[in-house]
Amino acid sequence: MKHATAAAKFVANDERSHWHDKALWFVRSKRDRMVHSVPEWELLRETASAIKAHTMTHLADLLEQFEENATKLGVTVHWAKDAAEHNEIVHRLLSDHNVKKLVKSKSMLTEECHLNPYLEERGIEVTDTDLGEWLVQLRKEAPSHIVMPAIHIKKEEVGELFHRVLGTKEGASDPPYLAEAARTALRQKFMEADAGLTGVNFGIAETGGIVVCTNEGNADLGVSLPKLHIASMGVEKLIPKAEHLGVFLRLLARSATGQPITTYSSHFHGPRPDGEMHIILLDNGRSKLLASEEFHRSLNCIRCGACMNTCPVYRRSGGHSYGTTVPGPIGSILAPSRDAEEHSTLPYACSLCGSCSDVCPVKIDLHSQLLTWRHKIAAQGYVSLDKTVPMKFASAVFRRPWLYRLAGRVARNVVPWMPRFMLYNPLNVWGRKRELPEFPKESFQQAYARRNKTSGKGE
Amino acid sequence: MSSRDTMLKAIRKSQQEATPLPTLDQEWLTFEDPIDQFTKVLESVGGKCLQVSSRSEINDRLAEFPQFESANVRASTIEGLGLPTVSLDEIDDPHNVENVDFAVLTGEFVVAENGAVWVTDESLKHRVLHFIAQHLALVVSSKNVVNNMHEAYKRLSFGDRRFGTFISGPSKTADIEQSLVIGAHGPRSHVVFLVDDES
Repeated sequence: MKHATAAAKFVANDERSHWHDKALWFVRSKRDRMVHSVPEWELLRETASAIKAHTMTHLADLLEQFEENATKLGVTVHWAKDAAEHNEIVHRLLSDHNVKKLVKSKSMLTEECHLNPYLEERGIEVTDTDLGEWLVQLRKEAPSHIVMPAIHIKKEEVGELFHRVLGTKEGASDPPYLAEAARTALRQKFMEADAGLTGVNFGIAETGGIVVCTNEGNADLGVSLPKLHIASMGVEKLIPKAEHLGVFLRLLARSATGQPITTYSSHFHGPRPDGEMHIILLDNGRSKLLASEEFHRSLNCIRCGACMNTCPVYRRSGGHSYGTTVPGPIGSILAPSRDAEEHSTLPYACSLCGSCSDVCPVKIDLHSQLLTWRHKIAAQGYVSLDKTVPMKFASAVFRRPWLYRLAGRVARNVVPWMPRFMLYNPLNVWGRKRELPEFPKESFQQAYARRNKTSGKGE
Repeated sequence: MSSRDTMLKAIRKSQQEATPLPTLDQEWLTFEDPIDQFTKVLESVGGKCLQVSSRSEINDRLAEFPQFESANVRASTIEGLGLPTVSLDEIDDPHNVENVDFAVLTGEFVVAENGAVWVTDESLKHRVLHFIAQHLALVVSSKNVVNNMHEAYKRLSFGDRRFGTFISGPSKTADIEQSLVIGAHGPRSHVVFLVDDES
């Protein structure tokens, strides 16, 4: 579906669209306050960007080093070239351990692989334990944001959902009350789980360890009770050394939610003494993206979500309008790399304001990559007629000065007299939410000539 | 070819021209009074820091917390502290510490810039205690304070099979309309004791 079509549904509810906008701007403002308290912020960004650039140009060697060190710690490392293989590995591990109930912490990678339905079809109960993820799971939705998966849901809706699912008081919408109900229900899930699955924020080549960041403590609870820990990791999550975490952990939470650090930044080096730990390394299109001269830098993303929080289009149109696991500016670069035709409208869901590039903690040039995608998508012929026809028309006019002057004169003299139904006709996509400006009496050239004549400074 | 070899081959072929690693040897943020900074940041994330002159003071200070007084099940890894009601070494299954109301555990060092305490499972049989107890107190020497995360990683080495985590404040969520709720899944309160006369 076109982004604009999907977004139209969201913005049709004007009040909700503005509420969503404000909620995200609140997070963006918190980020700003936190960033301003770190004098070396720009140095941190540059350093992070350089570490990631180095990692991506040495990725194969670093992955081998990571595997070797993780294996020494007693971890089993698996390699999955695509989503299907990833899901098969998870299922095989769960079957081997006779797992019936799995608790998961937030992992956009498993969303990307559609792991939950795959496991559920095979009789495994999967519970997403991050509160936001659990909310969208119960609503049978996808997350609308990578850090705040339920940012699109109102507390009254959570109240209705919990009343139905957990039997909370009807009409209750007090967040502490609802969060307490979730705590009680999910603690039961933690206690009953046979295995825990986490995502990975950072994998450390030098040590073979992984780092998982949460505020709720759900990842730690999920993998500290059952004996089996599975960690799903995109190959791009690697960093060379543990000391590099000093840079990334200073940037991540400040950029994401405006916190100085996440409540828990957990370093797993091997399984518990009596447990088992498996890390699944996933490619699923990442190596293809790595080869792209224009877009390989998008792999440097540490998934903080800052580009979403600041994006004027994302804030108003909601994460679901993108129709991808990762929405917003970074998602609009990643998705066309998978399928340029299917996601051809995403690089246009952008005003090219550049705010995303300004806030990105690893300095990805998001808005220029989005512009590059537009060139590519246009060259591949995936741009719809409502964009190409006006462009061709404009091009024809601009190439002929006489036609340009004529068109201007006609517009100035005719358009102000045209009835609304002719101007704001269904073909005028631009005019759906906009009003034409008042037309001037004369052209710029005319005004300029007159100005020179009256001021006597003609050239 | 195995998936491993397929992936490594594809990645090796796709890598762009090599770039160098940057130096981390920089003038990073430091504080005139790191303990004061730590205390302020920890409070801003919902925790509390109390500086005490010796360990013997801690039990008295704990008694001032209603959540400590009302705790039915208490656990501690520090001898003489926290009035434990259970002996952690006698518990084999981590599920059986689920009922712990108040845990008193050791922290290795604290980070001034973000209010975090580095904890490990080195002398703790069930690492889950950090996350499952209803309330948590961490005891750290006031000598073990670093300014920032770069200094933190200079202190750490990860050669062994081990678990460690930075904890900054109590468990929290803002997933319902960005409204902050303390006590998401883990501890509902978090206090750090910085002890002066520790070696």
